[in-house]
Amino acid sequence: MSEKLNVILITGRTISQGTAREGKKTQNEYVESAAICELDPEDIEKLRVKEGDTVRIETSYGAVIVRVVISTQAPHSGIVFIPMGPWANEIIGPNTDGIGMPSFKSISAEIEAVPDGKILDALALIKGR
Amino acid sequence: MSKIITNVVCPYCGCLCDDLEVVIEGNKIVETECPCELGSGRFLDLDIATRIRESRIKVDEGFKEAKIDEAIERAAEILASARRPLIYGWSSTECDAIRVGIELAEEVGAIIDNTTSICHGPTILASQDVGISTCTLGEIKNRADLVIYWGCNPMQAHPRHLSRYTFFPRGFFREKGQDDRTLVVIDVRKTDTAKLAKHFLQVKPNYDYELISAFRLAIKGYQVPDSVGGISREKIEEIAKIMKESHFIVIFFGLGVTMSGAKNRNIDNVLSLTRDLHRFTKCVIMPMRGHYNVTGFNEVLTWETGFPYAVDFGRGHPKYNPGETSVIDVLLREEIDVALIIASDPIAHFPKEIAKSLMNVPIIVIDPYESLTTEVASIVIPSAVAGIEVDGTAYRMDHVPLRLRKILEPPEGILSDREILSRILENVKRLKGR
Amino acid sequence: MLLINNGYVYDPLNKIDGEKVDIAIKDGKIVEESQINPLEAKVIDATNMIVMPGGIDVHTHISGYAINAGRRFRPEDGRRWLEPHTSIRRSGAGYSVPSTFVTGYRYAIMGYTMLCEPAMPPLLARHTHEELNDTPIVDTTAFTLLGNNWTVAQYIKRGEYERCAAFIAWMLRATKGYCIKMVNPGGVEAWAWRSNVKDLNDPVPYFDITPAELIRGLATVNEMLKLPHSIHVHTNQLGVPGNFEITIGSFDTIKDAKVSSIRGERKQSIHVTHAQFSAYGGDSWNNFESKADVIAKYVNNHPYVTIDMGQVIPGETTTMTADGPLEYNLHSLNNLKWINQGIELETGGGLVPFIYSRASPVNSVQWAIGLELALLIEDPFQVYLSTDHPNAGPFIRYPRIISWLMSKQSRESQLQKLHKRTSKRSLIGTIDREYNLYEIATITRAGQAVALEMSDTKGHLGVNADADVAIYDLDPNNLTPQKIEKAFSHAAYTIKDGEIVVKDGEVVSITQGKRFWVNPQVDEDLERMMLREIRRTFALFYTVTMPNFPVQEMYVPSSNEIKIDATYIS
Repeated sequence: MSEKLNVILITGRTISQGTAREGKKTQNEYVESAAICELDPEDIEKLRVKEGDTVRIETSYGAVIVRVVISTQAPHSGIVFIPMGPWANEIIGPNTDGIGMPSFKSISAEIEAVPDGKILDALALIKGR
Repeated sequence: MSKIITNVVCPYCGCLCDDLEVVIEGNKIVETECPCELGSGRFLDLDIATRIRESRIKVDEGFKEAKIDEAIERAAEILASARRPLIYGWSSTECDAIRVGIELAEEVGAIIDNTTSICHGPTILASQDVGISTCTLGEIKNRADLVIYWGCNPMQAHPRHLSRYTFFPRGFFREKGQDDRTLVVIDVRKTDTAKLAKHFLQVKPNYDYELISAFRLAIKGYQVPDSVGGISREKIEEIAKIMKESHFIVIFFGLGVTMSGAKNRNIDNVLSLTRDLHRFTKCVIMPMRGHYNVTGFNEVLTWETGFPYAVDFGRGHPKYNPGETSVIDVLLREEIDVALIIASDPIAHFPKEIAKSLMNVPIIVIDPYESLTTEVASIVIPSAVAGIEVDGTAYRMDHVPLRLRKILEPPEGILSDREILSRILENVKRLKGR
Repeated sequence: MLLINNGYVYDPLNKIDGEKVDIAIKDGKIVEESQINPLEAKVIDATNMIVMPGGIDVHTHISGYAINAGRRFRPEDGRRWLEPHTSIRRSGAGYSVPSTFVTGYRYAIMGYTMLCEPAMPPLLARHTHEELNDTPIVDTTAFTLLGNNWTVAQYIKRGEYERCAAFIAWMLRATKGYCIKMVNPGGVEAWAWRSNVKDLNDPVPYFDITPAELIRGLATVNEMLKLPHSIHVHTNQLGVPGNFEITIGSFDTIKDAKVSSIRGERKQSIHVTHAQFSAYGGDSWNNFESKADVIAKYVNNHPYVTIDMGQVIPGETTTMTADGPLEYNLHSLNNLKWINQGIELETGGGLVPFIYSRASPVNSVQWAIGLELALLIEDPFQVYLSTDHPNAGPFIRYPRIISWLMSKQSRESQLQKLHKRTSKRSLIGTIDREYNLYEIATITRAGQAVALEMSDTKGHLGVNADADVAIYDLDPNNLTPQKIEKAFSHAAYTIKDGEIVVKDGEVVSITQGKRFWVNPQVDEDLERMMLREIRRTFALFYTVTMPNFPVQEMYVPSSNEIKIDATYIS
């Protein structure tokens, strides 16, 4: 039985997402740098996963499967970080609170381990919407 | 025969470093002297496989390659007959292209917007309410003795920020560099930037507003609660004391505060903190702008139309109302019937439902590289890379304008953004009988 | 080819005071009538109209970082006056901080053809030029901010005037600037540490140089380089009751300076700008009063001084200056949003919306002071019409100021609407003088052309002048304040470089004006030594590299370069 954790989701920039950003979005480098979530070691333990495993993260806007990466920006137990990109956007809502800005950070989410989950590449992800 | 070009301006992030060295052989970049992975990657990966070499137009069975003039004509036809076009992107191209784009938007009655809308739009909104006390980055280098990063992680997004401008360098009044300065980082995670700080405050997500308020109270001598946003009263009072005893404080802030919780009200509050601190000392604040010319777009649009982003030309005059005329909202309301995307990849960076809305309309893309947006576009026109193959102006995050260099020729037949847009505009005017 | 017939011409530089003179234009220049064929020329019938050279605004904030911050942070000002695009005009917005296209159009509609942006920070000069390139029709120039510059302060402190001159020459070339601008000299550097300078002898923190030394030093360098304009000064403690003494003191610091310009036309060695803000008596807002008479007396007795008015217009506007501490103080007064700026090694600034209220005794006296200065200064070649746009009011109100100057009755009616204390704290009620059109032409055209040393081709309608002409539908035999304001607000014709750009108050053609800038050249060895020193400054303290600093040629596509051979400076 896999553990489901209630977490706060934030999305944002990383260097490797940044280097993949320019012209490599249809390539594997992008999947490796942006179809991931950075987890605090404590949360990795609670979820009973290890680096490289797949997890499913769900918000009220949708769900996405990404790969686990041990966070280098820890500690941040209870916070899950997904680099900006289509995988993060799969579960970010469109509402802007009347000011034009969606909520890309600090959103409630649920995360659970999904063994051998299928990670879509960027094109498959957007075309499947 | 290799040639070394010095003082090259880097077209990647808002740091807009202008001290890069690039080694060229013939018409190829072979090496760069740049201590930043993002910047050196930009130059070294110029000619990767996903560089677009030919224009293409969508047809029933897929795509057909097209001559650039045909693609431009077709784009002009679509735009000229659109009822509610959107022109979006802009943050990774130079100012002359932006000027043509604004004229094009005016001509076709479009909504014109850039990444500000999903980045520091809230900062501009808050500044429009309370103002902002800011400066150029050299003021930080030369004067700042207290450097605060709030809700941003420059070590990942602006790699040379601390070393070139803010914390490590020696300055005129800070001869010992970092030994003359105190670094404070406030974030929800212990980021790479936080690891360098003397004081790291790990604030709870969505509690930035309360923490800012707590500082505003503490500096004025009011009692704060035992704990605010996960930070103890002792720590808040300690930092407040450091603030009041500093001679030149700078607060850099990022999307951690613009995109979460109270959004623009977070910024309103921290701008007010900066102003409140002026009772005691000098304090400035600066948003960490992401793309190298996101600020340039705001500047050009402001001087030409009076407003910094999210401008709707639908009625012939510029209308500005973020939340209504901003890109996310017009797409959410499904008002757009045509989109021209330039120097940006919204399909990758917009929330799913918004990206879907965009995919429902014909998209014209101008970009040097394949992206998720080019993959779903109806017309793709390849362009030259501004800052490497095209010159022009860009504005650094602190509004310092620099001239981007042209150090290489673009590939055969590839035009600059400004040239492509000029031709589209010319065609549009002709179609409209002007 | 154009022929303007039968108009009443006011051309003070050629001493024409309302006579009917025909003006002939060919290839963008004013020529002898014999040079054109009246059958081929387009004829403008200016019967019952007045003809003047195109207006020159010696001090108006229209371009660059500060004004754009005003636009960016005041969308409410933009929404107040929105203009759609037409087949000729681009769209725009703004009342006190208009966008660039409409700025050019609105000035042209008032018959103006040359504008001076007075506050260009060197590091951000590229921005100023980009905006000027988007300001249609009018010729433009920009003044380089140098009064708080670290390198300037260090050279003057060390008495190294030759190197300072070399630096100034390089700076003017690098910024494509016209002259040396000083704002609260020393005070803006002090503001970077949340401080200010109290008076002319209060030393700047660390640099240990006084405002008086900065003013004297830069005036010396200005005359060494024989620059076309004098130093252009926004005085210390601007806007503070009692500051008139500092203004007189500022004049006094250089009364021994010998005026020395390249063409020998200008007579002033100091121009104090928006002098209304620098003519305050009393020592608090309670006993605040006008000292315009004291300032005017000094100006009357000393031909080496010129000023512009800085006339207050009741209503809402935006204040923006490089004077950081002043703007903070204004914000503390009215609590409206406050923008503050600091520019490394060079200068700073601030911005605050402001409402000049008729009910306020202070604002009412401020209104009086600007007019008093113009009315009490005897020689109109020493005082120029301005509002320090937008600080004391938006430029579109210049025609109202003209009507106030020309009609005591219109001043009286305005005075009725103001606070009753105005007459006790100023002399405005006692002044009967009324300007005539010749004097108006002087304070809006001829005077500026001489002060900027452009009067070979600007500010007059004689042969060889650039064909920049304004024709107003105003009969000099039938003047009323309302007719004056109406006529000057919408020119019957504005002609720029020989082309009709405005007709009946509407823009009919868009042209691109020229950028005037000054390029002094000192002795090469001296320049090399100075460059070695500032190379170090760039490497250690600036955050841009020295090669990337100077404004490149492409930013001044229509350039009017004034070369000065100052190689005798070594």
